Amino acid sequence: MSAVVSGLEASSQSPTWHAATRLLHNRSFLIGAGLVLAIALMALFADALAPFDPLRNSFRTRLLAPDGRYWFGTDHFGRDILSRVIFGARISLTIGILTALLTGIAGTLIGATAGFFRPLDNPVMRLMDALMAFPAILLAIAVAAVLGASVTNVIIALAIATTPHTARIVRASVLVVREQEFVLAARALGASETRLLFRHVLPNALGPLIVRLTYVFATAILAEAALSFIGVGPPPPAPSFGSIIAQGRDFIAEAPWITIFPGLAIIISVLGLNLLGDGLRDVLDPRMRT
Amino acid sequence: MTRPILEIKGLTTTLANSKATVLEDVSFSLQPGEVLGVVGESGSGKSMLALSVMGLLPKVIRRTAGYIILNGEDLTGSPPEHWREKRGRDLAMIFQEPMTALNPVMRVGDQVAEVLRRRGVPAEKARQETINLFMQVEIPSPEQRVRAYPHELSGGMRQRVMIAIALAADPKVLIADEPTTALDVTVQAQILDLLRKLQRERGLSLLFITHDLGVIAEIADRVLVLYAGRVAELASVRKIFDSPQHPYTRALLASIPQTKGPRGRLVTIEGAVPSVGTMPKGCRYAPRCTFRRDICEQEPPRLGIVGPSQAAACLQPFGFEQPQEEALA
Amino acid sequence: MARFLTKRLAGAFVVLVLVSLMSFSIIWLVPGDPTAAFLDTSATPEQVERLRRELGLDQPIFIQMLEWYGRILQGDLGHSILLNRSVTAAILERLPVTLSLASIALALALLAGISAGIVAAVNHNRWPDQVVMTVALFGLSVPDFWLGIMLILLFAVKLGFFPTGGYVPLGEDPLGWLGSIFMPAMTLAVIQVGFIARMTRASMLEILNQDFIRTADAKGLKRMDIMLRHGLPNALVPVLTVAGIVAGALLGGAVIIEQVFSIPGVGRLIIGGILSRDYPVIQGGLLFLAVIYLAVNLVVDILYAFVDPRVRLE
Repeated sequence: MSAVVSGLEASSQSPTWHAATRLLHNRSFLIGAGLVLAIALMALFADALAPFDPLRNSFRTRLLAPDGRYWFGTDHFGRDILSRVIFGARISLTIGILTALLTGIAGTLIGATAGFFRPLDNPVMRLMDALMAFPAILLAIAVAAVLGASVTNVIIALAIATTPHTARIVRASVLVVREQEFVLAARALGASETRLLFRHVLPNALGPLIVRLTYVFATAILAEAALSFIGVGPPPPAPSFGSIIAQGRDFIAEAPWITIFPGLAIIISVLGLNLLGDGLRDVLDPRMRT
Repeated sequence: MTRPILEIKGLTTTLANSKATVLEDVSFSLQPGEVLGVVGESGSGKSMLALSVMGLLPKVIRRTAGYIILNGEDLTGSPPEHWREKRGRDLAMIFQEPMTALNPVMRVGDQVAEVLRRRGVPAEKARQETINLFMQVEIPSPEQRVRAYPHELSGGMRQRVMIAIALAADPKVLIADEPTTALDVTVQAQILDLLRKLQRERGLSLLFITHDLGVIAEIADRVLVLYAGRVAELASVRKIFDSPQHPYTRALLASIPQTKGPRGRLVTIEGAVPSVGTMPKGCRYAPRCTFRRDICEQEPPRLGIVGPSQAAACLQPFGFEQPQEEALA
Repeated sequence: MARFLTKRLAGAFVVLVLVSLMSFSIIWLVPGDPTAAFLDTSATPEQVERLRRELGLDQPIFIQMLEWYGRILQGDLGHSILLNRSVTAAILERLPVTLSLASIALALALLAGISAGIVAAVNHNRWPDQVVMTVALFGLSVPDFWLGIMLILLFAVKLGFFPTGGYVPLGEDPLGWLGSIFMPAMTLAVIQVGFIARMTRASMLEILNQDFIRTADAKGLKRMDIMLRHGLPNALVPVLTVAGIVAGALLGGAVIIEQVFSIPGVGRLIIGGILSRDYPVIQGGLLFLAVIYLAVNLVVDILYAFVDPRVRLE
């Protein structure tokens, strides 16, 4: 019995504290968190930070190179690129977060079902295999195009593309956790299957899931840009990182700044998230530790 | 006395990040053709001793003092590449875990032949020699087995392959680190017989590391008893069993189950080996010693001669309980 | 080995059936009537009805599905109304372009990624490791199409080393072909280089801590021999398993990169189909790429069994 008790305690309290301490000493995590926080604050306070209205057209300021007034230059409608990038962070980050959330929910439901209820394992996972057989970006493009261009549809499309892998990760950790002593013990004591799943198994599968969702966030920002570039991203005129680049492409020779700056914004955001994910992985997902 | 093939003088190794010592002032010598048993509980530093001699200490452990002299040549000052040259020629080692010590994706024959190839044996001859070595270590149908992968062999067979790898080096000194511990009891006996046979046939100088005094009784000429990184006692195998001088040696012997034949495990000494970094100031065995006196906790005892071919690091060795008999011996 | 193969093939078959079903059902996702994409609002009900018949949409869904399976089993992916030709023919015509792009990128990615990963692992925690890891992380964080645009800007627009886009067939002008495929392939490879380098490094570091590496050291083998003969073959086992994933990612990436560099490959065909809602092209194209992906992964699994003798027994 004492083993059961200590197992439960060990899984609920001390590791959380332990993990938090270790995260604060993880260089990847700290740099990543700093970058992501910076971009997030930029998105949050876009109204206060942006020097101009990101949607204001002006014929007189068309295609101006970066200078003291327009730090990132202007586009072919005379709009300030800096302001568009600042506001673009809003849409790009929103798409990233919501995609991660949606993937997290769907992936957990599917993965936990497959991992915990054995008869469903094979059919569910073969279905996921089938979804993974399509190149993720192409699947997202196809779904987004078929559903029609909107922020919601982009999120749905990206979530469909990222869910199978997420489900696989959740299933893998569920399979590991469900065989552990304290779960077996809880089962032997007569805990119901669902209670077992939600109370004991899922909380312990959380680490790899959080790590995965950080990467999904990063992937979603990259994929949003690709979708915009293809022309099935969030509709204009509201800017996202991707849509600014897509519009700048036709002016790449005479006004490369339209393309360069939102691209750098993507790199900073995605780099931050990847670092964050690496740090989290080092601490939360011992199997992947290097 | 002939010149020893291996001499260890005052060897001290230390954890790199703290100053805690893993081995402290360990000295002994190995004569040509001799089997020196090194015995101690886990944590006594016996594996570290083996790795020190091989020049294979993990990065976190450093040698901070002492000499390792192989066949008259001091290796401690030599560059790592020189030591590497010695391994697989003059030095060879058999590890405890035959399951993990072999490369899983390489045929076992190739893993033996590799050593021969390094010594300049041509490929075809190396292949023949490998089969020959497999016969010497008594692996049945060696022509087929050389093509096997490790996972296709049993634990005992894998350990035979490990022995073949060691023999392929034709070493001056062979170190066996608990070569039978991971095996089933019956297989243990076979491997031990094989090692003893090969040692006699080839006149190998063998450093045999074990926690099992029963194994020591069967194979060793002399015995080095390690406790918490220090030499507790060094004596001929007979002295160790007949008149142990260090209380620890005595406790080890007492912990052998009294069944017929000297096979047993070290199980029941009260307490545990102090861990690195928490060593007591005086005699490291003092906290567990039933004969402890106050002075034992003041200063570490030095290894001193306590009788013919017997040395112990104890302030109050037992002396000889049957002096007449000993004197006659 | 035979049992391993049978099991693997059976699994692949089930997935294949599901994949084709999914490709087919993308048409169900469409809000409203699929024909709306081809006809403007002025179309008469008769015109709509004729198109529905042409697309087979007048049949019950079950029959449509059976027909779909019947056709794809014969290698017929349907007929594109907009291109007015067989989808299979259109794909096969463009396949060599995409395959050469993806395979050059794969070769580049494996070569650079594995080498970089080894360099990093061997120099664990020293500066070469840090450089490789930083570059790899940047590689993973750059949008590939944006990188492509930047390369065009630098090497084509500013420096004029390469054409800004387009494709020259290999048979026509080998040098021109190389010029037209090099930048796209590089761009496509960058993300995967980062991915493979990180994988190789992690795997190599784990292997270098194993007992058999110590055995190899005890044999007195040269450090280089230990790395290449004992470390690498073991470290490559997990790297090989992701090669299938990499191949899939490259196919997906090629779709975008073909767009950036105006390369007439399968990706551009499918994107064109998606943008013009040419359903037979979407369905056929998706199915085709998925089948390639499954085939590659099957090959990888079989290769895997050869690299790692332990798998063969199971």
